[in-house]
Amino acid sequence: MDRSAQAGPVANVLAWSVLLFLLLPITVIFPISLTDQRFLSLPYEALSLQHYVAFFTSERWLSSTWQSLVIALASTILAVSTGTLCAIGCWKLSTRATEIVRVLMLLPIIVPSIVYALGIYRLWIRLDLLDTYTGVILVHGVTGIPYVVITVTTALANFDPRLEQAARGMGASLRQTLAWVILPRIMPGIVSGAIFAFIHSWDEAVLILFIASRALFTLPRRMWDGINENLDPVMAVAACVMILASVLMLAVDLWARRKRSE
Amino acid sequence: MAVAAPPSRVLGASLPWWLLIAPALILMLAFYAFPLAEVLWISFTEPEPGLSNYERLITSEAVQRVWITTLRICIITTVITLLAGYVVAYALSSAPPRVQRWMFLFILLPLWISVLVRAFAWVTILRRQGLINEALIGAGLIDEPLRLIWNEFGIAVGMVHYMIPYAVLPLYASMRDIDPRLVPAARGLGASRFEAFRSVFLPLTRPGIIAASVLVFIFSLGFYVTPAILGGGRTLMIAEYIKLQILDLIRWGLGTMMASTLLIAIVLLLWALSRIVDIRRVFGSG
Repeated sequence: MDRSAQAGPVANVLAWSVLLFLLLPITVIFPISLTDQRFLSLPYEALSLQHYVAFFTSERWLSSTWQSLVIALASTILAVSTGTLCAIGCWKLSTRATEIVRVLMLLPIIVPSIVYALGIYRLWIRLDLLDTYTGVILVHGVTGIPYVVITVTTALANFDPRLEQAARGMGASLRQTLAWVILPRIMPGIVSGAIFAFIHSWDEAVLILFIASRALFTLPRRMWDGINENLDPVMAVAACVMILASVLMLAVDLWARRKRSE
Repeated sequence: MAVAAPPSRVLGASLPWWLLIAPALILMLAFYAFPLAEVLWISFTEPEPGLSNYERLITSEAVQRVWITTLRICIITTVITLLAGYVVAYALSSAPPRVQRWMFLFILLPLWISVLVRAFAWVTILRRQGLINEALIGAGLIDEPLRLIWNEFGIAVGMVHYMIPYAVLPLYASMRDIDPRLVPAARGLGASRFEAFRSVFLPLTRPGIIAASVLVFIFSLGFYVTPAILGGGRTLMIAEYIKLQILDLIRWGLGTMMASTLLIAIVLLLWALSRIVDIRRVFGSG
């Protein structure tokens, strides 16, 4: 076939430069975290794990990691359970009203966090939920729902609605139909949604500035303070820990998909 | 089936499904829509009811300066992002499948990395004693470190880096739909490579260009983390200005007015976009 539609050499070189620019920040963080210096820099003479030791023996960093993990897990459970059911209900009914519900569910990824932050800050002051696990988990859970609704809706698009009708027709209750027919079929979508929701909470850095202050100090919050106050190499270790958690999640997702398609 | 059923039975049949929707709907209304509506409400009622907060858009020089700075940086970001994203999408759409997989990985990987981590990485690269300045001084090319950060340049670098994947996806979706025989046909008819691109390929990607520009511009408008860190508090964009008003100065009226204006601007842009292109197709139909 005639390949003259292919990008010319100039376009290719430019495209790959842009791709390298995209990778640059991720690739410098790992060597920096292994520096033998006391300040942020590439290793001068040797690689050193001293800053990893510092991170994993620091009570502050460890408690932040732990808090982030607890909040991310709990808010993921909240987002996945409510988001999945909502997507299924909207898919089955498919009326004008459920279309509006779907748009409403997408609000958190359209509205900038800073705008929502003001509103929820005000509400949490009134309900006395500032700086509490309940408050943060609710906020991260609600803002995680869109990711679940999107992935589950996509999974449902490939699900034959006659299977549901057949199950119901043969006398299965709604609960049985959900548990045995619908949920197993859309599991990959649910898993992807869960991973998105987890990473959303794990990385969230704007809302937390407003709704937590002393008792709760998640990993992004501690990094935020660190960047503004003192840039020490332990921060690079924290950044690596955050990246590794995301990459681990991505690997789980890929593994789950592969297993599914086997 | 349901067409012939009486209304009461239809309602009865759909009720269990509405119960599935209910928990998410209640959470979203109580803990998202309600607080959001309150932001709008406060902007009209504090410190006193009326439009006094919105008057500042016309009278306050500080407010105008923030908006102008924000718009300037967003336009610069959008233009650079579109150029870079277009080149990548173009190369991507014509690459063989094996290369395509690698390119996709490189484009999607940054999306999985925290915004904060990426901003931090840019700080280590761009600051006075950062990697670029150290390397340039070490090579004897400059004597004084370049000022690459805590100004609009630093903000633009960080924002462009964040936005490129969001531009590539809709651009790529619009290029994928182009009949691959069109450009060779134009070349066969005697057009040069550039002419074929400009008069055949480029016009066909117009919906993708529009969608990508509006999306990137919208995301840029309300962006908080990257401008706050790479601007170092010296270049104020709207999101950081809002945060200052609320958390540091406790001026709710002004803060919520700016937040409401931001929200209204975004809704208007999205509405305009939906009139021009089919939003569902923007990301290649999911």
